[in-house]
Amino acid sequence: MQLKMVEQDDIVNISIEEERMDAHNSGDLKEQMLQLFDEGKCNLIIDLSSVRFIDSSGLGALVSGFKNASAREGSLKLCCLQPQVRSMFELTRLHRVFEIFANHDEALESF
Amino acid sequence: MSKRIKVDITVPNQTKYLGVIGRIGESMAYSLKGYQGNRRELAYHLNLVLTEALANAICHANSCDPDKDVRVLITASDQDLTIKVYDQGEGFDIEALAKLKAQKHDEGGRGIQIIFKLMDQVKYLQEGNRNVLEMVKYFH
Repeated sequence: MQLKMVEQDDIVNISIEEERMDAHNSGDLKEQMLQLFDEGKCNLIIDLSSVRFIDSSGLGALVSGFKNASAREGSLKLCCLQPQVRSMFELTRLHRVFEIFANHDEALESF
Repeated sequence: MSKRIKVDITVPNQTKYLGVIGRIGESMAYSLKGYQGNRRELAYHLNLVLTEALANAICHANSCDPDKDVRVLITASDQDLTIKVYDQGEGFDIEALAKLKAQKHDEGGRGIQIIFKLMDQVKYLQEGNRNVLEMVKYFH
């Protein structure tokens, strides 16, 4: 999976540079996040602006990151969801679990 | 009734083919004559259902075995669209899986539930020496 990671103070911004997040590539995101958690970096913003399609595996990878960040007293927030990706969070009711922001600046300000 | 569109494709048991199959379903949504609803939404849903069913066949039913393959058969008429995904695994109890509600912090378990939510009829049957996940969407 193509990711762009930028650190800003104690927050890591991860841009998913893929059109699809599915069972083929979501494991990579999960591993990258686990590596960040091992390094003590537990505050993440995941920018989904490039993602046009997400399946249950993609959602599962984000839930994994969310749980691991929370367990380490950090947080994982989402921003820039395309409408159909947003609809997947609503279909699975995961919009009640994640903090979802319209843009990156709003997500950053919420920490 | 004779089906007007038929797509029959077999892919190796690898997740890299999820996107290929998903996009076929997405494209088909725009060529279904009898569908009156939101085609953009249907396109996303067919992409999703195919992706979920194929991932389930590859990763769970076929246990990621590279020597196996998965057959996908899509047929459509003016009234409905049927997707059949054939695996070479041991089979599973789809009704039991559908009843398990993923809790909010569960990482897995949402794939089959998404299929049940988006399709009108879902069955998992044995056909010859394969299992088939059959999913139907009615247009009216």
